[in-house]
Amino acid sequence: MNLNLTLIGQAIAFAVFVWFCMKFVWPPVMQALQERQKKIADGLDAASRATRDLELAQEQANETLRESKEQAAEILEQARKRSTQMIEEARDSARLEGERMINNAKSEIEQEINRAKEELRVQVSRLAIEGAERILEASIDEKQHGQLVDKLAKEL
Amino acid sequence: MAGTNPTPTEYIQHHLQNLTFGRHPEHGWSIAHSAQEASEMGFWAIHLDTMGWSVALGVIFLMIFRKAGMMATTGVPSGLQNFVELMVEFVDNSVKETFHGKSRVIAPLSLTIFCWVFLMNLMDLVPVDFLPMLAQKFGGFFGADPEHVYFKVVPTTDVNATLGMSLSVFALVIFYTIRAKGFTGFIGDLTLHPFNSPNKLIQALFVPVNFVLEAVTLLAKPISLGLRLFGNLYAGELIFILIAIVGLWQLPLHFTWAVFHLLVITLQAFIFMMLTIVYLSMAVEQH
Repeated sequence: MNLNLTLIGQAIAFAVFVWFCMKFVWPPVMQALQERQKKIADGLDAASRATRDLELAQEQANETLRESKEQAAEILEQARKRSTQMIEEARDSARLEGERMINNAKSEIEQEINRAKEELRVQVSRLAIEGAERILEASIDEKQHGQLVDKLAKEL
Repeated sequence: MAGTNPTPTEYIQHHLQNLTFGRHPEHGWSIAHSAQEASEMGFWAIHLDTMGWSVALGVIFLMIFRKAGMMATTGVPSGLQNFVELMVEFVDNSVKETFHGKSRVIAPLSLTIFCWVFLMNLMDLVPVDFLPMLAQKFGGFFGADPEHVYFKVVPTTDVNATLGMSLSVFALVIFYTIRAKGFTGFIGDLTLHPFNSPNKLIQALFVPVNFVLEAVTLLAKPISLGLRLFGNLYAGELIFILIAIVGLWQLPLHFTWAVFHLLVITLQAFIFMMLTIVYLSMAVEQH
């Protein structure tokens, strides 16, 4: 247990080992550790970002879905409104047309009646004249008595 | 066992003697053949076993860690890299918790101390006769007298090794003190505490008292640091040697003590590292 040169030798060996450790052992290990730490941190970051993105996307999808539902409902509503309107219109026009047709028919009938009345009157007046001729046994000059016949036809 | 039939005292003494190479006043440069010859060599002698084992263990440690460092990837670490990273992170955390200054040296220094001291301590768990007997056979092969081939396997049971490390740490402590506080700050640390007074005259009287107290405090650091490790390991080694004497009963005893000692060697390596960090952080921090 004497103190001797070993002391110095050991100190030198120690210094060399520490130097070697500092130069060639510590930096690569530390660098690897730090890089891995960074990598893990980045990974976690990306994961949380992805989760956030997913949430956002889901929200967006929900929003879009809601909007489209609303739109569809609106379109349906419009279509229904429009169809009732169309039915209403059709009904109105049909009624008008019908009325118009009825009026036409009525006026035609009236015309027909008038014409028939006219004819009837002419025939009756002729008959009356014939009858009168027969009764009188003399012919009535149409030219002479035209005025009288016309007056008679008008009175009928 | 050393020699033919050593007495227990001889056996123990033989085990506690280093393989010393130095200049003997009579025999010149040679390997010491006895404890007496070794001590006659004085300061200019070197313990070949201590140096050999400590350097070999240091190289093993650095090679393993260097290999792991070279292979280090940022992906999922495999076995060796995992272990090395675990050690590095453990040491790095210990340093960060205690040392608040900025230094590129202190973390690798702590790692080196922890691993190297641990490996040197670990040699204590190799059965006490195993390597010395190999060395005796080896020495005998080269014509040396086996009885005089001394071989001490655990470098940290050599006070030279532990003091060599603790004095290096001490030099670093002084270097950091001066770098952080300047030379005057260092002198001020030594002379202006713990007693001080606003009165200049009384302060002048306090200076020598402070200096004595602070000098003892300062010098106690490396000496206690080195001797603590040495004492623990020396005692542990001695108990292993004593257990080796008791015959067949040594097997359970040996096992029990080895299990217990496993705790001691780890703890001592950790303590050496932590105290180094603490001393260095004290050197950097202001009072």
